[in-house]
Amino acid sequence: MNQAKRPFEFVAASYLIRIRVERAWTLAELGSHLRVIPEDSIFFHTFQSLESHHYTVFCNDFAQWAKAACNEAVLAEEMGAIDLRDFVSLEDLRHVLVATVENYLKKNPQSADRPAFEPFYFSEAIEVAVPVETKACTVRELADGIKSLSLQSLHYHFINSRLRLHLRTNDFSMWLEDSEGLPDLAQKLNRVDFYMNTLEGVRKEILETLKPWLHQ
Amino acid sequence: MASSIIAPKNPESPGVPHLDDYAAIVGQPEIHDLRELASRVGRRRIKMINSTAVGGGVAELLSRVVPLIEEMGVPIRWEVLKGGENFFAVTKGFHNALHGAPFESRPEWFELFLRVTAENRKLIAADDDFIVIHDPQPVALVETRKGLTNKWIWRCHIDLSRPNTEVWNFLRPFIEKYDATLFSSPSFTQGLGIPQYLFFPTIDPLADKNRELEPDFIQGVLERFGIDPKRPILTQISRFDRLKDPVGVIQAYRRVKKYFDCQLVLAGGGATDDPEGEIVRLEAQEAAGTDPDLHILDLPPWSHLEINALQRASTIIIQKSLREGFGLTVAEALWKKKPVVASAVGGIPSQVIHKVTGMLVHSVEGTAYQIRFLLSNPDFSLKLGENGHEHIKGNFLVTHNIKRYLLLFLILQRT
Repeated sequence: MNQAKRPFEFVAASYLIRIRVERAWTLAELGSHLRVIPEDSIFFHTFQSLESHHYTVFCNDFAQWAKAACNEAVLAEEMGAIDLRDFVSLEDLRHVLVATVENYLKKNPQSADRPAFEPFYFSEAIEVAVPVETKACTVRELADGIKSLSLQSLHYHFINSRLRLHLRTNDFSMWLEDSEGLPDLAQKLNRVDFYMNTLEGVRKEILETLKPWLHQ
Repeated sequence: MASSIIAPKNPESPGVPHLDDYAAIVGQPEIHDLRELASRVGRRRIKMINSTAVGGGVAELLSRVVPLIEEMGVPIRWEVLKGGENFFAVTKGFHNALHGAPFESRPEWFELFLRVTAENRKLIAADDDFIVIHDPQPVALVETRKGLTNKWIWRCHIDLSRPNTEVWNFLRPFIEKYDATLFSSPSFTQGLGIPQYLFFPTIDPLADKNRELEPDFIQGVLERFGIDPKRPILTQISRFDRLKDPVGVIQAYRRVKKYFDCQLVLAGGGATDDPEGEIVRLEAQEAAGTDPDLHILDLPPWSHLEINALQRASTIIIQKSLREGFGLTVAEALWKKKPVVASAVGGIPSQVIHKVTGMLVHSVEGTAYQIRFLLSNPDFSLKLGENGHEHIKGNFLVTHNIKRYLLLFLILQRT
């Protein structure tokens, strides 16, 4: 069984939501706030709220609000189609969000100042990540560790890691490639779709993907 | 006037769930994370202060959160403000006014509020590391913090989005002396200059109010109250309060009754800080008339098992509030996989995603129509109930609340 060059270190991650004072009553206001709100707020309404949108049609808070509160289906689809997997920087994501709103309002100026049914309330997530004793030196130990992760910790290692690493990958794939020398497995793991799965579903698929390598 | 002090429930006493008991519901990893966070809060002392020991959502919430935090080795106490009938009549007026209800103030009411606060300040020690004050009744205790370096947190369980200006202007200077405020929904906030955090209220899946019950027990409760299990049962559980619109529920039931041979149960418990309850119950009784299928049940505050049984026996649960703090009875119903018809007010839209986890309504007419729709489509009702259960499991259980408190303490202690 391969021993890793360095062990995988699991963390227990949790998030507290801070409610900000900014509110958008119109799409024009949404665009204005998007330009200046802190990155933590962009993060919360996109990466962090992903799990809550398995029930809804659109996969981020901005798109959901554009449809549910503004009845702007085209903009909602455009914002909902922004693929978080393409981003390793919240600043880049902000630019795309702002551009999407601005382009839409250029084509549909009558929509800019139409009052929404309810305002968009900006919030932000405060992350508390604490290292835990669990470490993995083999693929089997990695799988065991993933089984015992809370959903928020799984989110931290598999989804939010892209922003931390500034790479289009996740903590598990990064470790499998760098420390275990398993680039194929790393790539397979990185293809697990966190949009179409609940986090429990993501965990299940990750474990299925690791299964054939458990004795490596 | 003395402040009553409630010792946290002894975790060793039979019937009180331990943290590990929740692992079967939320998973062992969640429990492990809670212990990790608690170990980092360490021996810092916490005090929770509210205005009633029994009845109402806040007391119920604290009765679960306090022993579980204590079980993890974090020192925590819960104290109750002592006020008397006049004081609670005033704070009930404040409560309704903060919800936006009309309010005719008298200077002596504000004086009484401050006098009772001053008396309680002499009795409640406030040197713990974290003081969490619940709702407006004890809010002015923050005056005690002069010279102290501990952290003060105001947990607001009500909707402050449209408060009566006079009451808000009176309370706001006190609130601004806190280090942090906690709200049940972003829409409840007032744009305060101090940090505002989102704390969804939560239910305890192992409490008598929510745990699984034997069918025989449920049957026995129905028999005791003369409710027919063979016909549809529509139920609203809430204390008798005009903001819960019991008369509106009766009007909706009458519209449904034209199409379905159903029954309506309005069941409420009293709280010691709610002197208006009896008046509202009588108003509902009058509106009910002599209809034998309309059951108005005034239950004592310890009727958790009976309320649980009534919810489990119900075909549809209604929560037709005009204003709402959060509406935890909705979470209770969803946890029991019941289809819910509820007003789109307060924190209810956080729980009821329209046509996904329940049906949102805005009027008597809408309530009646959605009840008829659900009674006509039992498969759809079943799916709503299942979705609702998952939604509560992911966001609104007591373990989530404990985690938020531990996170808050960790975040505040590093500021």
